[in-house]
Amino acid sequence: MAGDSDHIVAETAARIFADLADPQTVNRSKDSAWKEPLWRALEEAGLPLAWVREEVGGSGGSLPDGFAVLGAAGRYAASIPLAETLLAGWLLDRAGVACPAGAMSIAPTRPQERIRLQPDGRLSGHAVVPFAPEVRHIAVLAEGKVALVARSACRMNEARNLAGDASSLIDFTGVEPLHVAAADIDPERWLLMGAAVRAMQTAGALQTVLSMSVAYANERVAFERKIGKFQAVQQNLARLAGEAAAALAAAGSAADTLTHANTSHDAVFLEAASAKIRCAEAAAEGSAIAHQVFGAIGFTQEHVLHRFTLRMLGWRDDFGNESWWAAELGRRVAKAGADEFWPLVASR
Amino acid sequence: MSGLQFDQIRLPPECETLRADVRAFLAAEIAAGTFDPHRPGHGDSHNHAFSRRVGAKGWIGMTWPKKYGGQERSFLERYVVTEEFRVANAPVRLHFVADRQSGPVLLKYAPEHIKQDILPRICRGELCFVIGMSEPGSGSDLFAAKAKATKVDGGWRLDGSKIWTSNAHIADYMLGLFRTSPPTKENRRHGLTQFLIDMKTPGITVNPIIQMTGQHDFNEVVFDGAVIPEDHALGEIDGAWKQATSELAYERSGPERFLETFYVMLELIRAIGPEPDTRSAEGLGRLVAQLHTLRRMSVSVAGMLHAGKEPVAEGSIVKDLGTIWEQKLPHRVRELAAFLPPETGNRTTLDEQLSFAITVAPKLTIQGGTTEILRGIIARELGLR
Repeated sequence: MAGDSDHIVAETAARIFADLADPQTVNRSKDSAWKEPLWRALEEAGLPLAWVREEVGGSGGSLPDGFAVLGAAGRYAASIPLAETLLAGWLLDRAGVACPAGAMSIAPTRPQERIRLQPDGRLSGHAVVPFAPEVRHIAVLAEGKVALVARSACRMNEARNLAGDASSLIDFTGVEPLHVAAADIDPERWLLMGAAVRAMQTAGALQTVLSMSVAYANERVAFERKIGKFQAVQQNLARLAGEAAAALAAAGSAADTLTHANTSHDAVFLEAASAKIRCAEAAAEGSAIAHQVFGAIGFTQEHVLHRFTLRMLGWRDDFGNESWWAAELGRRVAKAGADEFWPLVASR
Repeated sequence: MSGLQFDQIRLPPECETLRADVRAFLAAEIAAGTFDPHRPGHGDSHNHAFSRRVGAKGWIGMTWPKKYGGQERSFLERYVVTEEFRVANAPVRLHFVADRQSGPVLLKYAPEHIKQDILPRICRGELCFVIGMSEPGSGSDLFAAKAKATKVDGGWRLDGSKIWTSNAHIADYMLGLFRTSPPTKENRRHGLTQFLIDMKTPGITVNPIIQMTGQHDFNEVVFDGAVIPEDHALGEIDGAWKQATSELAYERSGPERFLETFYVMLELIRAIGPEPDTRSAEGLGRLVAQLHTLRRMSVSVAGMLHAGKEPVAEGSIVKDLGTIWEQKLPHRVRELAAFLPPETGNRTTLDEQLSFAITVAPKLTIQGGTTEILRGIIARELGLR
């Protein structure tokens, strides 16, 4: 249940983003100079390490606090490794590894990626690591152990996602971690956590896309009327609202489940997988409708719409895309059988 | 608009106790042969004896005050009862409209003696209600209604006709919308009044209209000088438009708005078996994610209504997304079942269910507010109209 603290945290995050990550200003800027003051303000508020206990260098926030930050971050779709640092902190905290200062990223981020810890204490394997060039450390889940790695120690093939954010291929082979500790996290649980995080960001971005689209439809005149007065446009915007609503409900429900200690793994799986699937579908449907509303202007570099739509579409590929999760979820449901299905859906 | 909101609702423990009771009751009814959960659309969807047994359990009008026969239980508890009955394909047609819509209207607008007379009988599962809104010349546009109520000595005289009235042929009472004054220039919604009508009143004729599924649900109800008592006018004379909207969020966002064709999904799970191929698994998984999301949205709206909030846009969105989903579901299941071997064990059951669900599907986005009307409401809530 939403508590008071996550409201305060969400408001703090929203204020910082409104002040320092205005999409229009960010979109116009020629360089990344806006990122430094934004990150500093977020750090001063203790937001990037919300999922880390104070004893290991974090700000000791709760899981709902962190998800509230992610929702607010999604609304601004700022190109910074905030979600990644939160997730890295969550991993390190679970293993009791002290958190370094600054932005971090994580690995693995794809279901097929397997990073291993060799007998000589070095890692092997590779992974797609978001924002790799912008972080100093990477938290890595490797076969039941959490390793903290200096990014500079890794070979990096720079690449970018749909939105143009760094999404590099990192080869961990031969890298000696700075710290290693055992943690009770299986790869599936990790992917579920990452999926819920991306779902929450997507839901946030869709809320902004919806309000931008409605505002534009109420402003733009064609055929001597505001385009929002045309039923065809209204029907499209109502559909967009439906997609934004579905994403918000699915992501919020998944976050609430992950936060609630007494939930069964089956319920966590249903919630987080469903949120990732449904938010990815909403991202695709919602982006298409929003671009249709904005017409040509929304297809330009100078307009901010792409900052939201392309980022949402790119997030679909992290921590298991919707097709992968759907197949996994479908297999689980099929294996449990028809008689178990409704009890699972109605379990909370 | 301030933004969409879906509060996180965890069903409280009393809901789970109740759910277990409901499942045990339904299992016993199925075992006794009252209905077959695998064969929707077979046999009567209304069953007097069954409705009375449901009433005896306290599951009709369960949120209403005890003095009117209710249980004063929460909307979330009612939610659990509704979804379990729906998933089991239980025959609720006799009492469901009264439970969902008519009872709450009476509770709010009927005079005390009528409440004391009728509400306890609804709770006991004895009464069936029909909604009289659409007319041959007015469907979605309710405010174009022409059937009129004229003040006469000691009552109201009703003339005109209502159409698409589900259950009229088995109903005891209608809640009907009649014109008591012409619309005004300023407000075209002015001039309609809601009435409680005993269907046994002389001057009422019910003509059956058979649906394309072969079922008899719809009727045309003709009023030819039927006179009803004066105190059967509900709420403000000429002001029904003010009354119609507040209950709609309940009507729109319940589990019945996405579970209507759910049975084909269960049958698909049986058909693809415990080790489906990737195509079947992915197809099923997407449906699971979509259904789960709809249910969480619907539960959230129920919780927000329970907390006294007014999630108008959210409730309409649940019905828009939910009815589109349940309409597409049988088609999607058919596609996913396309490559199953013909000897699949439950093939016949699945095919029968698909035929029925595909035939029923077109009505799902029409009844209780069409997709177009809902999207108009959502657009208005977004600030577009």
